[in-house]
Amino acid sequence: MTLREILIAFAYMMAAACFVIGLIWLQTPKRARAGNILSALGMLVAIIATLLSKEIIDYSMIALGLVIGTAAGAWMARAVPMTGMPQMVGLLNGFGGAASALIAAAEYFRYASGTGPTLDLSITILLTMLIGAVTFSGSMIAAGKLQGVVNERAVTYPFQQPINLVIALTILATGVYLVVDFGHPWVFGYFIIASLVLGVLFTIPIGGADMPVVICLLNSLSGLAAAMAGFVVKNNALIISGSLVGASGIILTQIMCWAMNRSLANVLFGAFGSTVVAGAGGQSAAGKTVRPIQPDEAAILLAYAQLVIIVPGYGMAVSQAQHAVRQLADELAKRGVTVKYAIHPVAGRMPGHMNVLLAEANVPYDQLYDMDQINDEFQRADVALIIGANDVVNPAARYDRSSPIYGMPILNADHAKNIIVMKRSMNPGFAGIENELFYNEKTRMLFGDAKESLTKLINEVKSV
Amino acid sequence: MTEALLSSLYIFVLAMFLGFAVITKVPPLLHTPLMSGSNAISGVTILAALLVTGSQQGPLQTILGVLAVALAMTNVVGGYLVTDRMLQMFKKKPGEK
Repeated sequence: MTLREILIAFAYMMAAACFVIGLIWLQTPKRARAGNILSALGMLVAIIATLLSKEIIDYSMIALGLVIGTAAGAWMARAVPMTGMPQMVGLLNGFGGAASALIAAAEYFRYASGTGPTLDLSITILLTMLIGAVTFSGSMIAAGKLQGVVNERAVTYPFQQPINLVIALTILATGVYLVVDFGHPWVFGYFIIASLVLGVLFTIPIGGADMPVVICLLNSLSGLAAAMAGFVVKNNALIISGSLVGASGIILTQIMCWAMNRSLANVLFGAFGSTVVAGAGGQSAAGKTVRPIQPDEAAILLAYAQLVIIVPGYGMAVSQAQHAVRQLADELAKRGVTVKYAIHPVAGRMPGHMNVLLAEANVPYDQLYDMDQINDEFQRADVALIIGANDVVNPAARYDRSSPIYGMPILNADHAKNIIVMKRSMNPGFAGIENELFYNEKTRMLFGDAKESLTKLINEVKSV
Repeated sequence: MTEALLSSLYIFVLAMFLGFAVITKVPPLLHTPLMSGSNAISGVTILAALLVTGSQQGPLQTILGVLAVALAMTNVVGGYLVTDRMLQMFKKKPGEK
């Protein structure tokens, strides 16, 4: 080992340490920002160290790639609205996966013309390509669904499972073929196409409400692709960082699945939310009436409350109502009302989505409560104000065995003394399930766009 | 099975366990920044992309490499910046800078 190689190895070790410490600091909101900066510094050190390695002869093409990437990344990070964060993370996952896949392709062509790589090298090249390609195409579909470009519902088609099987077998067959005899670019081409198709097929049938799980899973895969690429180019920095991200994504995937009381397999293959399950478990809308409320009446309920718990959901993100929510909370606080926010783990389209939106609107984070922290407080709340949330407050999840969301832990909004549900219309939520909370005798419905209704509420509260 | 591959596997497995231990303690409050931040870390694949691009293995490899560098760099820069943008919004008291 030359001195240069030793220094580069040390730089990689420092970078890995920075990533780990950065993640540890992310455990408290106070140090989180510093942690992220430390992690970025680690990346900078690793990039500079790599640029100094003796294998690199030509810098012009590298400079081109770095300039394009920096410009695109900086632009995206500035331009994206906070409500678009799930798409942004989805896209970036895809880019990371694509980069790893491209490296696998380059390494393939390096060895394909020669005597062929060793067994473990050919396997890791193919694995990097497979995971990278699946991450890329899967992320593009997921981001498209979140952006509304691709049909957000769970898309099903005939012979779905047989087609998946054919694709999986194609990947396996071409993969084995290449491991035995590496030098067949056409076979490698089929392998790539089948991998890309697999990524599309696995995300297409997943509905919008399950997107948090998919985004977490793709996050994990993008890390694993990087770790596999590390095996290919024999770089420990890639292996360590990639597996950290892989582990992080797996944990988040698991948390999301627990929060819905569903297995990962059920999320991936259940085609949840493809059809509207009207009146599951006899809770039919027919014969039941909802009771609307006008903003002035709702304002009186809120203004004279002691404790109001706000339950935000995806509807708040859609109508960009987070700032109006904060203003309403401020008005209520002026009148001595205690306001708390109850955040369900799967509210929104990615883990922590609601927290970020409310933080953007300057809501202090000690007013944001996780489900376990706040569920016992609902019974003391005078009003539970539900803004664009649906399935996460559906009491059917507790007892109705026939309900698709049976067993999912929910927020006990129905325990509050009064419940106000802000909703656009009576259309069922994303899971396509009727919500009996809306027919509860304590519940009043405030129909309309969340932001407009909130503005009316704020004015009414001011004049109470 | 070479010795180098074995030690790489050791690192892989141990880093996974380290990841599990560290990430489990991140509160749900910060799960979105955790995702975008760890997303940026997965852009570490840029190191491999730099080596492929700069080592002049042939025009095809260079083109694939430049694409990989650009995509991975977008991942890194975009991921860290957007995480920072989010994290600076998390405040304990209203109006706190």
